[in-house]
Parts: sequence; structure tokens; C-alpha cells
Amino acid sequence: MSTVSACLHHLVEEHPALEDYQGGVPRWCKGCGDNAILAALQRLCRDEGLRPEKTVFVSGIGCSSRLPHYMRTYGFHGIHGRALPIAEGIKLARPDLHVFVNTGDGDCCSIGAAHWIHAIRYNMNITVLLHDNHIYGLTKKQASPTSPIGTKSNTTPRGSYLDAMSPLTVTLGVQNASFVAQAVDWIPETLFQIVTAAFRHHGFSFVRILQRCPEFVGNMFEPWVHDPQRMLMLTHQNGVKVSPALQKIYRNQIEHDPADINRAREIASSEDPIPVGILYRNPQVPCYEDLRRAGMLRTTDTIRTSLEAELDKFTVWP
Amino acid sequence: MNAAVELAGSRTTAKKVVTLDEAVVEIMSDSGEGAQKCGQSFGSIAARMGNGVWTVEIIPAEIQPPARSVAGASGNRIRIGSKRVTNGGDEADLAIAFNEQVLLGRVNAGELKPDCIILLESVWAESPDPKIVAQYVETRDRLLAEGYRLHEVPMENECRKLVADPRKGKNMFVLGMLCNLYSLDMDLAREQIAFIFGKKAEKVIRSNVALLEAGFAWAEHNLAFGFRVPAVRATEPQLVINGNTAIALGVLASGMDICAMYPITPATSASHYLSDVFERAGGIVHQAEDEIAACAFAIGASYTGKVAVTITSGPGYSLKQEGIGLAVMAEIPLVVVDVQRGGPSTGQPTKSEQSDLLTVMFGSHGDAPKVVMAASTIEDCFYSMITARRIAETFNMVVVVLSDASLATAQQPFPRPQFSDDWLAPPIDQNPVPEGAKPYDWDPVTGMSRRFVPGQPNGMHTLTGLAHDRSSRVAYDPEINEQGMHARSLKLAALQKMLTPPRVFGDGEGDLLVVGWGSTKGAIEESVERLRAEGHKVSSLHLSFLQPMPAGIKEILQRFKRVITIEANWSDLPEDPLIDETNRRYSALAMLLRARYLVDVDCWSEVRGRPIKPGSICEVLRKRLVREEFRP
Repeated sequence: MSTVSACLHHLVEEHPALEDYQGGVPRWCKGCGDNAILAALQRLCRDEGLRPEKTVFVSGIGCSSRLPHYMRTYGFHGIHGRALPIAEGIKLARPDLHVFVNTGDGDCCSIGAAHWIHAIRYNMNITVLLHDNHIYGLTKKQASPTSPIGTKSNTTPRGSYLDAMSPLTVTLGVQNASFVAQAVDWIPETLFQIVTAAFRHHGFSFVRILQRCPEFVGNMFEPWVHDPQRMLMLTHQNGVKVSPALQKIYRNQIEHDPADINRAREIASSEDPIPVGILYRNPQVPCYEDLRRAGMLRTTDTIRTSLEAELDKFTVWP
Repeated sequence: MNAAVELAGSRTTAKKVVTLDEAVVEIMSDSGEGAQKCGQSFGSIAARMGNGVWTVEIIPAEIQPPARSVAGASGNRIRIGSKRVTNGGDEADLAIAFNEQVLLGRVNAGELKPDCIILLESVWAESPDPKIVAQYVETRDRLLAEGYRLHEVPMENECRKLVADPRKGKNMFVLGMLCNLYSLDMDLAREQIAFIFGKKAEKVIRSNVALLEAGFAWAEHNLAFGFRVPAVRATEPQLVINGNTAIALGVLASGMDICAMYPITPATSASHYLSDVFERAGGIVHQAEDEIAACAFAIGASYTGKVAVTITSGPGYSLKQEGIGLAVMAEIPLVVVDVQRGGPSTGQPTKSEQSDLLTVMFGSHGDAPKVVMAASTIEDCFYSMITARRIAETFNMVVVVLSDASLATAQQPFPRPQFSDDWLAPPIDQNPVPEGAKPYDWDPVTGMSRRFVPGQPNGMHTLTGLAHDRSSRVAYDPEINEQGMHARSLKLAALQKMLTPPRVFGDGEGDLLVVGWGSTKGAIEESVERLRAEGHKVSSLHLSFLQPMPAGIKEILQRFKRVITIEANWSDLPEDPLIDETNRRYSALAMLLRARYLVDVDCWSEVRGRPIKPGSICEVLRKRLVREEFRP
């Protein structure tokens, strides 16, 4: 039967499985933190029941940006640094689509930095995952803006010269920031909780995910991976709840209300211990697409009527 | 005082009215004194009377250039004719200047006829600043000595009789003078004022009408000459807009939903206008953070179903190139408008040039075939957008529409478009994709494939700027890379088969064929007309499609003894000592024609930042025709 209610019933009955979101076999290196991010996103899609045809993963260039190829949704593997404006165009044209952006520390914080700043300000309902491994991977080990000072790389053989940029403090410093969180690839449960909260936030959700690159900077996060006390878990009833099992390992916890932007900025400034959780959330910030599309009605008639009205203004009648 | 100088207030008895085929008038003031409004109104009134009209804006490069400066001239050139007018014409017959310095700029640029009538504001002679008086007297005397027919007009003093701030109303006084001098219908002029000041109070309209009438009366009593350019009233409604407005209206009419842009001269006014009107029709103009973002944004929007447009000028186009390459590679339809200005680099932002042709054809790294169209009239600017949208969508290609600064600000009446439903984009296809269908199922003959857009069940795939196969999987196989390259190139050939061959203006064969593209059309065709009237066997060919070029061009070129392109981009001068056949850099179109058709094509070009004058073209062509064998 193909009545409307039968169709709706069919929709409700559909329960996609993880496999329904799995695309090509990932070609990341062994032990790459991107695998954890992919797993979290596939689980998110399944648990949120996102229709694969209504979901678009947009990326730029870099290891992170291969992720859309490994999803079985729509994907847009764009050009270096421009994932955000592409995603914005998609969202403005089609607010019915779930739009995700996978970007890296080079893609987002270096070549795409201008777009990043402005994307925060537009606050479009997009979920952004910054795969931050502190190094350029695909181009074979060059320092990135988030490389800690002294990082030895092919372009900085005697160590990088500048202090690392903090994507969290930058994001929290821009007008209209509405969701800022940090996760790490080696705590998958929290990573999943955070991306879920990010997805559910109506606005530009920015999740910085510290992600290990065993190939080029294998030791980058080792001290933190091996010493749970150097992780600072942010807990709050409006934030992430740390499960009893995790609580036993990650005992360094603080209550942080994601509504508190000043405290969020303080926490964001901490590099050690590494804060994990939702730093800031403000659901009141208006979304650009909602502002721009309010009352938008586009039919042949509206186009004809407005065109004729405009032509009238400039017409010289005989 | 020179005999040619009329004394203010002195009454002339009989006014001699001379009938002309056409007239070129320039009105210049300091920025903000309203010469542009005056010029445009003059053009509109003439258009309503049925005259052929072409107006060109004279724009200073700065927002607020210093008052009374040579570079600060702001105003309009208006050419009116008995017949259709297709370009700004040659040197001006009459010039009106609000001060002598802005006039000097035009004189020095050679924009006035040697015996041009000049009406010059005389208030400067009474300035308390002796330097100003000296400048005024010096310029006045120089122009008189050079043979210009200069008349001093006490514009400000006359206006002061009616309004407190004469600097604000002077332009309407001048409009009144022009109505008198060119025998324009004063009722239409009053209506025009009501139209311009429509949003303002009745009092404002009344005061401006009073100024208009005062200007008319002053010219009637003080200037012994007058002209009439007979007009035939148009039988159908005409639209009077400039090229950028036409582009904006074309975007609206094409059914495109989203325009993403970043401010840049001289393209931006199209987006200004669109911002004002688009939203009422449910469209959106997105001002992005930069040109790259504007292009990426438009690509993202296009990707989801409906073609989007990004509008820019040269420097912006350069920045968009990587994004354009992505759209080519991923076969996302996109319309890009390049309103060309002087280049390279920042070049001459407010001036006109045609120097982006090769960039838009071959730009973006790798082999990135895209469609290139060039609008050659204001009307073309409108319809090109509808055509571009449709081609982009049919072929999943990037379509670049070239305009330039001279079309952007020029006005010419053309028949009011009749809206048609098929101008609009079809609704976005959200039907399931048939099982087994591939996102790049390239047709072996046309290279075309069906596009899957987000929302279509079964169509999920990851589109990529990497080389990819028919299933959009990243290609590591050399053969697959070639297949994609092949398909993307074939689409141009498929489009070419649909294009109608261009028509020759003049006879289909002869001694000399002039080929052009873009905004030079009117000037080229007018020159051809003039030379044919002199007995020369000259014709012209104007190309709207530069990539692909329609079939039949080679045959046309071969029917002429010589071929020359006229373009507003640089070409080396054959007479330069170092320049010879082996190193001469030809104009863009000449180079393309030579490469594609193996025909010896000469070129002549001018990059003076202004529209090429038909007189200049005639001069060049006459020289080319002087060769013994071509003498008529």
C-alpha cells in the first residue's frame, strides 16, 4: 500500500544499521586517530537515524578530508581550505540536509582560516569536526599552526619557531560562537557523546578533536594518553556526563557550565591538562540560514511578479 | 571678451534650430553634484521620445575626489540619435561642465570635438579665491583660443534665485537647458523629475521642476542655437537599464536562487541591485568573506540542485580559479560573471578592458574546459544569464559570462523582455536514483552524465576534485583519468553542435572582415556601416560564444581577403623595432582564431580604459584597406 500513512510508517520502521553508513575501506595509516572519528560519526548517524541521502559530509584536503569517502552518505571532498564555504552554500540552499564538515589543522586553521573565522560568525547549523593532529600528514610531515613550538618537521628540521595556535581560544573569541567542544580520539565514548551533542546543537558546532598521527608525530599525545590525570574532564548536567567506568580512569574532573563563556575561555587556554568536554554552548545565537531564509517563498509566480515589477520601473512605454 | 562668449542675461532674439541625425553630449561635475543624474535623465527623456540612446558614465576612481580636480570628473556621456544607437560614439559635440577643471580632464583625454560647444559654469570667475579665478580665466581663454565654442553660464547665480543651496539643484537647471537645446519634451522632463524624486516630498519635486523650467528659459533666452534629433516613437515598451542591472535582472529571470559575491569594482552594482530585489522573489545574495569563499559558496549551493551564480571582476576571478577548477572536475554547474576592468593586478578598477578572455578560457590549473560567453549589448547581459544557467545545468559545466566596465554602466533601451516560464530552472529532482546508476555515467559520444543531488535516495556518492571513475571513486588507474578528461572535454563539442553559426554583418565576403567580441559590437558595426557607405568591402563578425566557438567560422574567415580583430586588450605593435611575426603578442581573440582556424588574423587593440570609438576603428580599417589590392 502506498498511502501517505503507509509511507510514514515505513519511514518510522526504518532502522539503518552501522553498515548502512559505511562507504569505502579507510586508507588511513595504521593507528590513525581518524578511524576513531569515523567510527563515532557512523555511530552518530545510526543512533540519530539520519537518512543517508539527506546527509552530506563536506571536507577540504588532507588526511581528515578523506573521511567522506568512507561514509555511505552524500559526500563532498572539495579543495584545500574551502570546506566551510562549500558547506555554507549547501546549507543555505538546502536547510533540509544534515551537513557535517571534516577538516584538519592545516585545512581549517591555516589555508582556510579566514573561512573558519567567518563560519563561526555565520553560525549556520553545521557540525564541524576539526581533526587536529598538530602536523601536515598527507604532504608528509610539515609543521602546522597547531604544532607545539619546537616540533621537528620537514620544514622545521630544527624545531618549529612559533607558539601553537589554539583553535579553541580562537573560536571562542569570535562573535556568534555558539558551540565549542574538545574531544580526543583515545576516549571514544566521550568523543561520541561530544559529537552527538554537537550534532544536536542548532548552530555552528565546532569540535576540536585531538587526533594521533602515529606515522609522523607518534609521541605527540603519548604523555596524555598514558597519564589520565593529565586529562581534565568537563562535566555538567548540560554538558557531558562521564560514565562510571570512565570516572574511575579519568578522575581529574571539574564541573563546568557550558553557558559560562568566560570560564570556557579560561579552560580553553589550558594545554596541560587537556580539557575534554563541552566548553561553550549558546542555543540562542541566530543561524544565518534562518535569518536569510525567513519567509522565503520561491515559485514561478513570485519570480514572475517581482521581475515584472522591476521591469515596470525601467520601462519606457510607447 | 571673445565674440563667441555669450554674455550672461543678454537676450538673443531668434533661435536657430538645426536638425541632426545624432548628438553626443557630455555633462561633468565634481562628484556628488549630480551630473550623472542629469545625464541619465536626459537619456531617459530622449529614449521616451523614441530616440536611440546610449549613455556612458564618467566615473572618478575615488569616492570623494578633491573638488575642482582634473581627475575628479563625474558625469555622463549621452549619445542620442534618430536611429538605434549602439555605442557611445566619437568625440562630443557639446559639453556642459560645472567647473573648468573637470572639463579639462575630458579635453586632455581628447573626448571633445575640436569645435565642441562648451557650456561652462561661470561662478568661478567671481570666486573670492584669486587662485580659482586665475585657473578659471586661464582655462577659459585657452579653450577659446583652441577654437572651442565656449559659453559661460551663470548656473549657480540663476539657481540661487530659486533655491537656497544652488549646488544641490544645479543639475536640474542643466537638464532644463539641455531640454531646450535638444528640443526635448518638457512634459516628459517633468515626469522624469517626479520619477527620480518619487520617494521624496512633493516640495522637492516642485523645487526641481522649477529649476528645470528656469534652465529651459535661460537657454531659450540666452543661447541662440538649438538642435533637434528627430525621433520615431517606439511601438513597443523599451527597457532602459545599464549592463549590471541587466545582469541582475537576468539572474532573477533565470530562476537562479543564490548569488554569492564579494564587493569588487565594477561588478558590484549588479549585486547591489540584486540584493535589493532578489529577496522579494525568494532569492538570496550572500556577501561572502572573500572571493574564494563566494565561489565555494556558490559551488556548494549549486551542488545541492539549483545552479548558483557568483559575480566578480578580474582580480576576483583570479582568486576564484581553484574553485572553478573544482566545479569543472566534479561537474557541478556554476555561472560565473566577470565584469572585466583594466588589468593586470589592481589595474584600472573603474575602466573598461577586454583582457580576461584567455584567463577565463584557459585559467585554473590543469585542463579545465568551461563555457565562455560574452555579452555584447545591454540586452545581451540580460539574456546571457538565462542562457548561461540553462547551459550550466544541461551540461553540468561552468559557464563564464564576460561583460565589462563599459557595458556595466552604459544604458541603451531595448525591447522589454516577455517573461517565459521556461527561463526558470526546473525543480530539484529528489526522486530515487535507479538501482545501479552511476554519478558519472559519461555518455561516450557527448560526455554528458546525469547528476545526482543530495536528497536523492540511492544516489549517495562522494563527489571529489580528485580524478575519479564513473562511480566517483578516486581513480588510481591512468585509463580512468583519461576517461574523465575525455568526457569533460567532449561536453564542449556537444554544446557546439547546438549553437547557431554566427551571422556576418555586411556582405558574406569581401576585402576585410573585422571580428570582435563583447562590448565593442556597436562601435565595430557602426564603423563597418560607415566604411561600407564609403564603398569599402568590409564586414564584421561578432562572437557571443568564445568557448566553444560555433561551427562555420572558418568558412566565414576564408571568404575574406584579410581578417582583423578589434579588441580592448593589449597587442604588440608591428611597427615596434623589436616586434616581428615570431614574437608579436596578438590580441586574445586574434590568437584564438589563428590557433583554431589556421587563418592569418591581424589585430588592432586599444587599452585606454574607455570604450573604443567607431571613429578610431574607421581610421584603423581605412589604413588597412589602403593597400592597393583592396582599394574600392
